[in-house]
Order: sequence, then structure tokens, then C-alpha cells
Amino acid sequence: MKILVPIKRVVDYNVKVRVRRDGGGVETAGVKMSMNPFDEIAVEEALRLREKGVASEILTVSIGVPQAADTLRTALAMGADRAILVQSEESPEPLAVAKILKILVDREKPDLVILGKQAIDDDMNATGQMLAGLLDWPQATFASRVEKTADGLAVTREIDGGSETLSLALPAIVTADLRLNEPRYAALPNIMKARKKPLETIAAADLGVDLTRRLTILSMAEPPARKAGIKLGSVAELVEKLRNEAKVI
Amino acid sequence: MTALVLLDAEDGTIPQTSRSAIAAATSLGDIDVLVTGGADTIAAAAASAAKIPGIRKVRTASGEAFAHGLAEPLAALLVALAPDYDHIVAAATAIGKSALPRAAALLDVQVIPDVMDIKDSETFVRPIFAGNVLVTLHSSDAKKLLTIRTASFDPVAAEGGTAPIEAVTPPDDQQKSRFVSAEHSSTERPQLEAARVIVSGGRGLQSAEGFKILEPLADRLGAAIGASRVAVDSGFVPNDYQVGQTGKIVAPDLYIACGISGAIQHLAGMKDSKVIVAINKDEEAPIFQVADYGLVGDLFQIVPALTAALG
Repeated sequence: MKILVPIKRVVDYNVKVRVRRDGGGVETAGVKMSMNPFDEIAVEEALRLREKGVASEILTVSIGVPQAADTLRTALAMGADRAILVQSEESPEPLAVAKILKILVDREKPDLVILGKQAIDDDMNATGQMLAGLLDWPQATFASRVEKTADGLAVTREIDGGSETLSLALPAIVTADLRLNEPRYAALPNIMKARKKPLETIAAADLGVDLTRRLTILSMAEPPARKAGIKLGSVAELVEKLRNEAKVI
Repeated sequence: MTALVLLDAEDGTIPQTSRSAIAAATSLGDIDVLVTGGADTIAAAAASAAKIPGIRKVRTASGEAFAHGLAEPLAALLVALAPDYDHIVAAATAIGKSALPRAAALLDVQVIPDVMDIKDSETFVRPIFAGNVLVTLHSSDAKKLLTIRTASFDPVAAEGGTAPIEAVTPPDDQQKSRFVSAEHSSTERPQLEAARVIVSGGRGLQSAEGFKILEPLADRLGAAIGASRVAVDSGFVPNDYQVGQTGKIVAPDLYIACGISGAIQHLAGMKDSKVIVAINKDEEAPIFQVADYGLVGDLFQIVPALTAALG
């Protein structure tokens, strides 16, 4: 089985982002960038499927600025076999990303695409579902367990009231939730090896996908900050405040 | 203009989250609702939906394909109904988040997730970067598909309306995915998204056994129980307890955070609560920066004392 894992370069999850003064975006100058954490989980799941003998080849792809090549090198160091960078000036919207991925799927013919369930920058939670729609493939979002079965995949998903298991025919789309696995760190020798693994670069413009944004950003703002309240000395004082000041009990 | 609101009605009832999605859509013109489910639940679900005030009509689709909220048949159904509507709306629940983006791609529309404010029929506000930034977006798509951050909209009433019910014939399901089984966390408590009070626990509870200390307090307050990611990852409680950027987004009147340090990913899910109480032994914990009232100390003493003090 061949697995495709799309990954995204995002502002590191530990960074507290700030809106630029012009309100047109967030400060990224000098900010640490990393692989989207859910995408690390997706890469890890592909690696585990290969270690179980289910997968034979793992291809990773990123769509974005030239520096996204660094993120692809991280996936290669974790163990992916080869990488494709679809270079664009900015990060396209999920619909355009899904259209680009569909072209790569048609070309590479993977049996399974595993994506992170959402990117922690735009929090869209859409690319996997949109790609599944464009390909007319079955989808299992928010996966916490993936198993190969005789006729496809059994995927356990985190849903609002607990969890459920779906059976999917292949080819299929799976999006990774937090508890699918704990991604490995790339060991130093593997980081060295990853430099020699194939990384192909394609210009997004050459794929003929219209990258025009459907959603124009009118403004960005930080939400009103909550004021830190007061520390109290006793439980009795807390009960008194909740009853008589906040009036919530 | 007319909006179609997809309701989460698979169990035969209409949850509060769906009524919040209807509330969000009220500024978008006439509202039809779409109720789906298995043959055994559809009549009850449709009857409940018809009682919601302000609905033009209830449209229903039933059958095995719709019994478990599978995204593929739902998206195909939304696409089939789309020509009648300017906006297609759903609560940002597991079903809405799975089906709407799929339908949007099939309609060549960029879905707009987690909408928390509707400025006009084409302009929407949504959170990004774990809620640390709010972005106002204008959609140039001919049709708009939105999921709604339900904590941002007070639900419409459950009773008072008499909307007509009309069954629709869904497209044939290709059965590429199939429901196998579900494990529902059983609880007598209110749902997290609908609770007026939430008692929530984190790493400080130390174990599944330790977590139980929150139950008497939640019982006393009629509260739902929530958790931080660490508490879920450590196996103290099931995944559906998680509050945060990737869990549930809540905005109760009172949120009591016990042994939760307050990572930004957790704050993203609860910082719109009206009153926040933090109980933590680390007085430097970031949770105190958003808490209205804080108690520094051992939660294994404070929580039982608080339960007792509430009588």
C-alpha cells in the first residue's frame, strides 16, 4: 500500500501569536515555525503502518513557501521515503490545497491519504474532508485508531459523545486526531540521511489550480483580554464571592 | 435569502447545539432545517424540529445511510438540496465538521468553519490560532457553507412552532464507508456544550481515581464535567470530556478549573466563560491570568471543602 501524507509548516504551537499593527496578518518575523502537530501524528501513523507491513511507500507533500522544504525534511527524517514541495507564495485555502492534492493523488495513485485533522494556524479542519469530496473517496475524520482489515480499513473516531468505529473501502482519506499515536523524534543519523532522500519541487502555478482566495481577510484582531481576577484566601470567601458578587450559584 | 440548517438529530432529539446553529442563521433570511436519521428515529426527530419557532419547513431524509451521521451520504444530500439555498449551516459538531467541508468541496465553495459572529450575509468572524486571533472574512462564493461555534450563539427555543414536514428523496448512497460500532460515554450529567456550570480537571487530579473527587462538586452544582488534554491523554476520563482548541468549546456561566495549568490550547476552549474559578497549587499557573477568582492550594482539600461549603 502507498500512503500520501500532506503536511503544513505552521507557527510553532508554543508561540503566542500577535496580530500585526496593520491588522492584515500575524507577526511571523523571527517566529519559530514547525510541522503542524496533527501532521506529525499523520506521518507517524503512516510509519507505523509501514512497520506493520501494511504500507510499502510513504510520500509526503507540502504546499507553501520554499522554507516548507525544511518541514518536508523533518518528515523524511522521521522516515518518509520521498517528498514533493508544491511551491506557492502564500498558504492557499483548504479548497485550493485539496485541488492541488487531487492532482498529486491522480499522478501518484496512493491507496490512503492521512492528514492532520486541522492546522493549528488557521484551525480550518477542512482539507481532508474537501479532498475526500473531490476524489469521491470515503473519509474518516478525527481518527484515534487505524487498522487494516481484509477489505479496507477499520477506523475509530473521536466524536461528541464518545467514539465510533467505521469501516472504509480503499482508497480512503483519514484525518488524525491527538490520540492516534505519539510521534517519534527524528534521530540525528536519520536527519543526515534525510538530506539525501528525494525532494521534488513543483511550482503551484504549473498545476493550473486557481489559488485566488474565496475568503478575503477584512481585518484581524486579538479578542478582548480577560482581566486577571483576584486570589482568595479561603473556600468560604470563594463561596461568598460566587453567591453575592458573581451571582452564579 | 434562504438558509438550510443541518440538525444533529440522529438520536431522535434536537440538541441545544443545533438550536444555536439555527439562532446563528436567523439573520440570514428564511430558515429550513434538515433532519436525518434512521427509519426508527426520523419521525420523533422531525416532530421535535417542527416545534422549533421560526422555521419555514422541516425537510427529512431517512434510511440506513443516515442512521449514524456518515459524512458521505450527508454531503451528497446537502449538494442535492443546495440549489434551493444561499447558505448551508450546521453546528460545529463532529458531524457538521465532517460533512460540511466535504459538501463545500463538491459545490466548489470554501467552507467557513467555527463562525462566531455574522456581520452580514457575506461577512463572518471566526477564531484562528487557538482563538488568540479573530479574523473577519468576506466570502466571494455564490453560496456560503458555515459551521457555527455554538458557544457564541444563545439557542432558539425548543417549543412554540408548527412547521410543516416534508420528506426528500436522498441520492443513492455508494456505501464506501460503513458504521461498525459506537462507544458512548454514558452520563446523567448535562452535556458540556449545554451546561450552565462546568467543573473541569487536569493533570493535578493525578489519576482516574483522583478525578472522581470532582463528582460530588459537580453533583452539587448540577454541572457537567470537563477535562484538559493531559487528563484525557493520561486516561483519567474519556476523550469526549476534553475542552480546548481541538476539543469542545464551551462558555458556561461558571467554569471551575481544578488542577489545570491553563495552556493556550485549553484556554481556547473556555475563556469565554462568564465566571472562571481556578484551583491550583502553583500560584504562577497561567490559568490564574484568566480566572476571576483563584484559590492557591491542594485541590484534594479545597474541592471537598468547597463541596461541603455549598451545603
